[in-house]
Amino acid sequence: MTDLRARVRRVWGNQLSGPTDPTADARWPDPPARKGFFTDTSICIGCKACEVACKEWNHVPSRPGGDTQGTSYDNTGHLGADTWRHVAFIEQDAAAQQRARESGARLVSLGMPARVGAAPAASDPAEPPGFEAVRWLMSSDVCKHCTHAGCLDACPTGALFRTEFGTVVVQADVCNGCGYCVAACPFGVIGRREKDGVAVIAGEPVTGYRGGVAQKCTLCYDRISDGLQPACAQTCPTTSITFGDHADMVALARDRLAALHAEGRTEARLYGANPDDGVGGTGSVFLLLDEPEAYGLPPDPVVPTARLARMFTAAGTAGTVMMGLAVAVFGIMGRHG
Amino acid sequence: MQDLANADCIVIQGANMAECHPVGFQWVTEAKLRGARVIHVDPRFTRTSAQADRHIPIRVGSDIVLLGALINHVLTNDLWFREYVVAYTNASVLIDEDFLDTEDLDGFFSGWDEEKGAYDLASWAYATPRPTASDGGEEATEGDDLSDAAAGDRYGSGGPPLDTPRPMTDPTLTDPRCVFQLLKGHFQRYTPELVEEVCGISADDFAYLADSVTQNSGRDRTTAFCYAVGWTQHTEGAQNIRAASILQLLLGNMGRPGGGIMALRGHASIQGSTDIPTLYNLLPGYLPMPVVGHHDTLADYLDAITSVNAKGYWSEAPAYTVSLLKAWWGDAAREDNDWAYDYLPRLSGPHGTYQTMTAMLDDEVAGFFVLGQNPAVGSAGGRMQRLALAHLKWLVVRDLQLIETATFWKDSPEVATGELVTTDIATEVFVLPAASHVEKSGTFTQTSRILQWREQAVHPPGEAMSELQFFHELGRRIRQRLAGSDDPRDRPLLDLTWDYPTDAHGEVDAEAVLREVNGVGLTGESAGEPLDSFTQLRADGSTAAGCWIYTGVMAGGVNRSASRVPASDPTDPAHDWGWAWPANRRILYNRASADPEGRPWSDRKKLVWWDEASGQWTGDDVPDFPLRTPPGFRAEPGAGGPAAIEGDDPFIMQADGKGWLFAPRGLVDGPLPAHYEAQESPVPNPVYGQQANPARRTVAGPDNLFAPSGDAPGSDVYPFVFTTYRLTEHHTAGGMSRWLPFLSELQPEMFCEVSPELAAERGLENGGWATLVSPRAVIEAKVLVTDRMTALRAAGRTIHQIGLPYHWGVGAQAIVAGDAANDLLGIALDPNVQIQESKVGSCDIRPGRRPTGPDALALVAAYQRRAGLVPDADQRSGEDRVMDEEAGDD
Amino acid sequence: MAEVRRVVGDLTNRAAHAVRHPVSTFLGWPVPRQATTGDLLGRGPAVTSPTTRGTTHRLADADRVARSVCPYCAVGCGQRVFVRDEKVIQIEGDLDSPISRGRLCPKGAASESLVNSPTRLTKVLHRRPHGTDWEHLDPDEAIDMIADRVVRDRRAHWQDVDDQQRPLRRTMGIASLGGATLDNEENYLIKKLFTALGAIQIENQARI
Repeated sequence: MTDLRARVRRVWGNQLSGPTDPTADARWPDPPARKGFFTDTSICIGCKACEVACKEWNHVPSRPGGDTQGTSYDNTGHLGADTWRHVAFIEQDAAAQQRARESGARLVSLGMPARVGAAPAASDPAEPPGFEAVRWLMSSDVCKHCTHAGCLDACPTGALFRTEFGTVVVQADVCNGCGYCVAACPFGVIGRREKDGVAVIAGEPVTGYRGGVAQKCTLCYDRISDGLQPACAQTCPTTSITFGDHADMVALARDRLAALHAEGRTEARLYGANPDDGVGGTGSVFLLLDEPEAYGLPPDPVVPTARLARMFTAAGTAGTVMMGLAVAVFGIMGRHG
Repeated sequence: MQDLANADCIVIQGANMAECHPVGFQWVTEAKLRGARVIHVDPRFTRTSAQADRHIPIRVGSDIVLLGALINHVLTNDLWFREYVVAYTNASVLIDEDFLDTEDLDGFFSGWDEEKGAYDLASWAYATPRPTASDGGEEATEGDDLSDAAAGDRYGSGGPPLDTPRPMTDPTLTDPRCVFQLLKGHFQRYTPELVEEVCGISADDFAYLADSVTQNSGRDRTTAFCYAVGWTQHTEGAQNIRAASILQLLLGNMGRPGGGIMALRGHASIQGSTDIPTLYNLLPGYLPMPVVGHHDTLADYLDAITSVNAKGYWSEAPAYTVSLLKAWWGDAAREDNDWAYDYLPRLSGPHGTYQTMTAMLDDEVAGFFVLGQNPAVGSAGGRMQRLALAHLKWLVVRDLQLIETATFWKDSPEVATGELVTTDIATEVFVLPAASHVEKSGTFTQTSRILQWREQAVHPPGEAMSELQFFHELGRRIRQRLAGSDDPRDRPLLDLTWDYPTDAHGEVDAEAVLREVNGVGLTGESAGEPLDSFTQLRADGSTAAGCWIYTGVMAGGVNRSASRVPASDPTDPAHDWGWAWPANRRILYNRASADPEGRPWSDRKKLVWWDEASGQWTGDDVPDFPLRTPPGFRAEPGAGGPAAIEGDDPFIMQADGKGWLFAPRGLVDGPLPAHYEAQESPVPNPVYGQQANPARRTVAGPDNLFAPSGDAPGSDVYPFVFTTYRLTEHHTAGGMSRWLPFLSELQPEMFCEVSPELAAERGLENGGWATLVSPRAVIEAKVLVTDRMTALRAAGRTIHQIGLPYHWGVGAQAIVAGDAANDLLGIALDPNVQIQESKVGSCDIRPGRRPTGPDALALVAAYQRRAGLVPDADQRSGEDRVMDEEAGDD
Repeated sequence: MAEVRRVVGDLTNRAAHAVRHPVSTFLGWPVPRQATTGDLLGRGPAVTSPTTRGTTHRLADADRVARSVCPYCAVGCGQRVFVRDEKVIQIEGDLDSPISRGRLCPKGAASESLVNSPTRLTKVLHRRPHGTDWEHLDPDEAIDMIADRVVRDRRAHWQDVDDQQRPLRRTMGIASLGGATLDNEENYLIKKLFTALGAIQIENQARI
C-alpha cells in the first residue's frame, strides 16, 4: 500500500496538496518560470490605480449607480466577477496596532511559522516605532493563483486552466456558468457574471461581456504572454504591487519582511509564501501588517482537493462496506425469495 | 520632484501628496525606503499620513505658528547653518529705522493705512546711507512713492527693484536693525507653548518635528518641504510659503539636493499657464501687466519693474519686454512707438476671477469664455458663481463633457430653489467640444518646470477642436471683421502677428507657436533662427521672444521639450528628457549647493561646484549661475545686471543676489509672516490683538456673509470648522472624472468626514446623511465617521474639524452628482495673489438630508438671522458688492 | 504512431510558446490531448480553447504609438497612446519616463476612457436666450457668431482712459477663465489674442 502511494506520488506529484510546481503538474512542456505578484501593503497608498488599470485593460464592467459603502474609502467591497483588484482600507486604533505587533511577534518567536511564513527573527531588532492614535492599512487584493487551485479542480468543463506561467485563467468561451468554481475558491475571489453587458472599446460600444460565466483576474495572461507586465503592477505608483518570477517575488517578500522586523515592526508577516499551507502557497504573495483576518483574508485557506484523497479513501471504504452489506442483504433475500 | 528621493527628511504640510500626486509620491516612498523620515502635518489623517513616520494633526489655518516656532527653535538654539546664512541670505542687512514689527504694534507692521486698508511698504525697505556723507550713520529709505500701497503682483518675477543692491550690512548679525535680529524679535513669541495653544499640537509632536528637521539639515543632510493649496488657499497664503522659505534658508536647505520647497501643483499645465499666463496680472515670463498711473509709458513700466543698478538677470527685463512686444506686433513694434507698448491694455486694480464674478453680477461683463474649467462647481461661493452666469449676455464653454457650468440654466441648484427660472435667463450659451490631450500636439509644463511635448495621436472627434485651432480661427475672423478699420483701438488686433501654419484639418502647427515663444533673431545672420538662451535677448528690437524664460526650448532649432532620453540609472537627472526652464536647470539656485569658495558643502550633498582647472562651474545639474564667475568675484561699484552678480550671490533673480529672510518689498501684508486667524475662525487670535490678516480682501454683500469669529456674538451658530480638498479618485470639479465610470464607482457620492466625537455630539451616523450649513449655503453629504478626524484642543476649547471633498456638483449629465462643497465657501482673498480661502470655513452640521426647493434658502436665512448676520429684510444692492479692502475692523 | 506523437508534440510546444493555431483534427480535441500531453487531469494544455491558444493583446495590433503626458495633475507622467485604425485603443504609462517610470494613478490609468468617453461632446450646442433646450449649431457658424459678439461687446464696454485721462485702452465686456489644463501654446495664443483685444479679465485655475 505504502509502496503504491509512493509510486502514485512519483508519477503524479503533489497534484492535490502540498508543495509542488503546478505548471509541471499540468504537464506544460518546457514552461517558463512561474509568475506571480508580490503585494507589499506597507507601501500601498490606497490610490486604486490597480483597480482602474485592470478594468481599463481587461474591459471589466463598472458598477453603475453605486453608493458609498461607509467603509472607510473602500466603495468596491470585495473581489468578484467585475472586480479583479480590490483595495481594502482598514482603520485601526492604537490597541489594534499593539495586538498586530504582538501577534506578529509570536509568529517570529515560533521561528518559521507554518501558517503564514516569515523570515527568521532579526538578530538585533531596533527599538520599534510607537503606535499612532490611528493607522490606516491599505491592501490591494487579487486572485491568489494558488498552487492548488480550488476553482480549477472544481471546473467540470475545462474552462479554467493552468497556464504555462503557473497562473489560473478562465476561458469564457468554454465556461458554462455552472458556478462550482465560485464555491470552491477558499478566498472568495472568483465570481459569476450574471448579465451580458456592453463594453465600450475605443469609444465604440461592443458586445463584450458575456453574462453567465465565471470571471476573475487572469494575471493579464495576454500581456505576460508577450513579456509585458500586468496592468496593475505596471501602473502601481509606489511599487506596492510588483510582478515577476514567483521565486523572486517570494525572495523579495522575505527581504522586505526582514527589513521591517529589523525595525522592530513585528506586525509585518507574509501571506501566501508558505508552500505547506492549505493551498500549497499562492502565486500572489502578500506582506501584511496585521493578521489576514484584518484584511478580510482567510487565515487558513484550504483547497477542497486537499481532503480529496482522504475523502476518496473514506468514500471507497464506505462503498466497500455498503457493497458488502448489499451483497449480504441480497444474498439473504435471495435465499428467502 | 525626483530629487525628493535625495532628502533625509521630508515634511509634507499643506499637501496631501499620496492622494493628489500619487505618482510623484513614489519619490517620497523611495526616500523612505532609503531611510528618510517623512512627517505629514495636516488637519486630517490622510493616505499621505498613512505612509508617514508620523502624522501631526493641526488646526486649519495655523501653519504660520508652527513654522514660526520652528524658526524660533532654530534661532534660539543656534541650530541655523551659519556659513550659509551669512553668505547667502540677507540676514546681515540693516532695515530702515522706521520699520516697526507686529511685536510693537500688536499685529500690525509699520505703514498701515487704515483708510486705504493697505500697507505703505516704504518702512520695510533696506536702510541706505543718506546721500550727504556728513550725516554719518543716519539712514533713510529708498525714495519710493510713500503713498503707494503697491500690489505684490505688480513687479513680475524679480519682485520689485531695489536701488540698493549692495545694502548696508552688519556681518556680525548683532545690530538691532539687521534682519537677523529683527527675525529673532519677531518670532520670539512663537514658542512650543503657543503651538500647543494655537495649532493644537502637543509639545512631544513639536519636539519630534523640530528635531527631525534640524537633525536632517546642515552640510551632510537636507530636509525638503512639500506643499500645495493647503498653504496657498488662505487669507495669509503667500505668507505660509514665506515662513517655510525663511526656515529653509536658515537651515541652508535651498538650492541643494534633497532640499528646497516643492510646490505640488494640481493641473497638467498649471505651471505653464502661470509661466505663459492666462492670468490678469501677468504677461509671459512673469512680466507684469501694465497698471494705470504706474506704468503709463514704457519708460515708466521699465523703471518700475527693474533698475539698472540691480544685480542679476531680472535687470534685463527691458530686453524681455521689448522682445515680447516684437513677438506680438512684429514690424509694427518700432523704437519710435515704444515697441507698441501702448497696445497693451492697463489694469486699475485686481481683476481676478472673483472680482470678475462680481462685475458679472453687476451686469458689467457681456461675454465669458470658460475653457476646461467648471466654476459652477469648482470656484468658491458656487451660488454666486452660478447667479453671475445668468447675468451674462453670452457664455462660451469649451470642454470634453457637458459640465455644470454649461447647463446652469436648466439644472443648477438655483433653478431648484426658484432663484433662477430657465425662461427668464437671457444668457446665450455656446458649448464647443474640445480636443483631448491626445488629439493635439503641444507642451505641458509640469510641477518641476519641465516642458514635455505631446505627440498628437489622433484627430479630435466630430466637431471637436483644440483651443489652438479655435482661438486661431476666432482671431482670424475678428481680424477679418475689423480689416480696413482706421480706429486706433483696432490697431493692436490688425497689427498682431497671427500667421500660423495650419494643416489640411485646419489644425495649427503647435511647434510654430513654440518657436515664437522660444524666440528668434530678427536681424543679421541670426534672422529667423531660434535663439538658444535668454541671454541673447536685446531691448533694441533685434530679437523677438514670446516668453523669455522659455527661450532655449528650441535651442539649435531642435524642439527640446520632445527630447526623450531615459535616465541611464536612478541617480541620472535625465536632462535630455523634456526641457526645464530656465536653461534646462533642474534645481534652482543650485550655486547654493556649494560653499562660498565654490566647494560642495559635503560629498554626500554635492551638486554644482567651481572647477578651478576649467575656470567654470560644473556638476550634475546645469549651474544656475554665470558659468565663468568665480566664487571670489567682486563686482565693480556701480555695476548692474548679470555683471554685478558676485561670486557668492546664488539667488541670481533677486536684486541683491541673496535669499530673503526678510522681504523688503514684494508682499503687501508684511515683510515677515505673522499669524492671523482665518476670515472665519472659532477662536480669537491668541497671538495678536489683530484677529485676521488686515490686508485681506473680501466681497461684501448679502451673498457673501461671514460667520462671526472667536467669541463674537453669533459665532456659536456656526460652531464647526470645515476644510475642502481633493480625493485620488476624482479631479477638481469633476469634469474629467465624474463622467468616467471607472473613477465614479470608486467614490460615487459626496461625503463628509467627521470624528466619532462630533458624530456623537450631533447624532450623525456613519453611512447616513448630514446637512451642512454655512452663512452662504446649505449642502448635504453622506457621513463618514472616522478616527482619522480628531477633535483638537486649541485656545482653551475643543475644535471639531469637518472634511469635505469638493468634486461633486448638481447637474443631470455626469455619472455621479452631488452637492458642491464650494457652495459653502465665502470669498475672502489673500491680498498678494487674490486666491480664495477655501481651506477654512465655519459651518454647522446636523443629521439628515437638506431641505429642497425654497426651503433650502429659508434654512440658510434662518441661520443667518440667528447669527445676527442679517438684520431684518435681505437688502441687496449693487454697491454692496464692490470689492472691499477690509480695514482691520475686527 | 510516431507521426501522431510528433504532431501533438509540436502542438503543445506551440501552445507553450504562445504561437497558436486552431487545431482542426480530432487530435486537437481535449480528451485526446489529455492523453497525449500527459495532462491527464485536464488542467493545462489539454483544455486550452482555440481562442486561448490564439491569445494576443491589443498593443500588438497598434498601428502606432504616440508619446504623451497625462492630462490630470502636474506631476507630468509619461503616457504611451496606442492607436489602431485612427482610434485610441489603450493609454498606459511610459516606462522610459524618468519622472513617472511607467506608473499612473487611477485618473491617469483612466485616460483611455477619458478620450473615448461615450458621453464626450462631439457636436456644437447652442442655447438661445431664454431657451429651454439645446440646438445644434454648425461649428463654422458658431465661431462666426462668437466673433460677432466679441467685436460688438468689446466696443460696448471699451474704456479709453480713466477718470484722470490716463490711458486704459481696454474692454471690460469680455472675460475668460481657463488654461491650467491647456497647452502652453494654447495659453500663449489665448493671452495674445485677448490682450490685443484689450480684454484683461483673463484668468485660470492657478488663482483658484
